[in-house]
Amino acid sequence: MDYAVHILTMIAITGIAAVSLNLLIGETGLVSVAQAAFAGIGAYGMTLLMLHAGIPFLAAALFSALIAGAIALIIGAIFLSLREVYYVFGTVGLNMIVWAILLNWDSLTRGPLGIPGITRPEVLGISFADNTAFLILCAVVLLAVFAAHYAIMKSNFGRVLHAVREDEEAIAVLGYKTEVYKIVIFVISAALVAFSGSLYATYLSYINPSAFTVNDSIFILAIVILGGLGSAYGAIVGTCMLVGAFEALRFIGFPASIAGDMRQVFYGLILILFMLYLPRGLFGKFRI
Amino acid sequence: MTALVTRKLEKRFLGVHAVDHVDIACKDGSITALVGPNGSGKTTLINTITGILPMDGGEIRVGERTLTRVRPTDAAGLGIARTFQNTRLIGQMSVLDNILLALTERSVWRALFERQGQSHLDAAEAVLRRVGLSEKRHANAEELSYGQRKLLEIARALSMRSRIYFFDEPFAGLFPEMRKVVAEILRELRAGGAAVVLVEHDMDLIRDLADFCYVLDSGKVIAEGTPEQVLKEPHVIEAYLGK
Ligand SMILES: Nc1ncnc2c1ncn2[C@@H]1O[C@H](COP(=O)(O)OP(=O)(O)OP(=O)(O)O)[C@@H](O)[C@H]1O
Ligand SMILES: [Mg+2]
Repeated sequence: MDYAVHILTMIAITGIAAVSLNLLIGETGLVSVAQAAFAGIGAYGMTLLMLHAGIPFLAAALFSALIAGAIALIIGAIFLSLREVYYVFGTVGLNMIVWAILLNWDSLTRGPLGIPGITRPEVLGISFADNTAFLILCAVVLLAVFAAHYAIMKSNFGRVLHAVREDEEAIAVLGYKTEVYKIVIFVISAALVAFSGSLYATYLSYINPSAFTVNDSIFILAIVILGGLGSAYGAIVGTCMLVGAFEALRFIGFPASIAGDMRQVFYGLILILFMLYLPRGLFGKFRI
Repeated sequence: MTALVTRKLEKRFLGVHAVDHVDIACKDGSITALVGPNGSGKTTLINTITGILPMDGGEIRVGERTLTRVRPTDAAGLGIARTFQNTRLIGQMSVLDNILLALTERSVWRALFERQGQSHLDAAEAVLRRVGLSEKRHANAEELSYGQRKLLEIARALSMRSRIYFFDEPFAGLFPEMRKVVAEILRELRAGGAAVVLVEHDMDLIRDLADFCYVLDSGKVIAEGTPEQVLKEPHVIEAYLGK
């Protein structure tokens, strides 16, 4: 039972990251390999605000989502005017830099030691110390992000994102400042994934930089591709599959020393097989 | 009134001078034809004017403004709408949504918090009915036939309610009855005061529709005047038949 709650909580937290990435890669055609960086900014920002400034969880999480959004705004303004490949490499570089900062800015982040003792949140007077209560909180946030995804894609803004994915120039000729649209969705996606980072930090009560590497970004990317581009629903199913498969792999009983690597091999393999035989993913509307 | 003028406009591709010091003027309430053999630079000229391709020299004057650099996003602001020789619709999007793109608010903030209103839907419906596509409104653009895609793109351009329209071979691949509709649309735009620029290979259509005509060859304007005058000049006929 406890174990099921744990898996579901991880699914809900990862699902938020996946749905927010779908807004980028699925709906707008912007591959981003920096979601883990923004999750890290959210997690560390929230943690530092909560532990050092005594700001309550919700305010700290929202504020660090804002910080992530502001960083995304600057990065987006620089990278999104570049050609696609360069932009993608830019996001990889960003993730590496953020990771290196988290690892090396000892005085602030405690470097590789990480930050322990992050307390579970209390929101509007309700304590989420209990695992089941915390799961419900995560599920509610996931639902809210899902609803936000839906609302964005049903708006005129969402229609423009779709158009940008297919033919940005043709849409620019209609008078849309497509770079601005791309920057805005990049910022929204970063803020949402930062919030999932905050949930992650309070859930585990401990964070260290190794949770926010390029590899973790690729993991989220793999989820969205599996679930299918352009489908928030697919992103959640993809999350269930990959997070579920990960946890299941624990039972197969690889020696602890190689278990981590085996996971990487496993999801790499799934990714390759899907690309070959089901390029639209499970529920995808589009190929990459 | 002249809506748009180019002065010594230039576009080069490696060895090819695709647009070579071109001066054209497009007048309000008139249909200006661009003719010339394949590869003479008609499409490149339109792409350069609308910012799809950066210009390498010369300038464009629209109203009071003189421009030496145009980005694709600038075209609409200059009052220019266009179609593409090879249609550039949003394929995996419904016919209706393709039109709505041309109708709804451009500003990011309003777009984020608004959906299309009834007035947008009515306007889209009207323009789709005009080109005979209203029954296809929920089909994806990529499911349409070649001719239907051309019509949808014309409808999208119409929805821009611009002052200047560039149509790059809008009749190509259309059945006769649809050709009539498109010809009618062009005449209506002219009657409404728009500056219409038409690229077309069918000389009878040009004689029928155009008020003024530029003949391009190897990127240069080799003749200009009314279709009657221009199309019987020996060097124009030679440009078409000689190669
Ligand atoms: N993107 C490009 N890169 C390189 N060369 C190009 C490009 N676009 C056009 N050209 C060249 O520029 C010249 C003019 O081409 P353009 O397409 O403008 O002619 P056109 O008059 O529209 O012909 P058509 O009647 O066949 O449509 C041609 O020699 C063509 O090969
Ligand atoms: Mg052409």
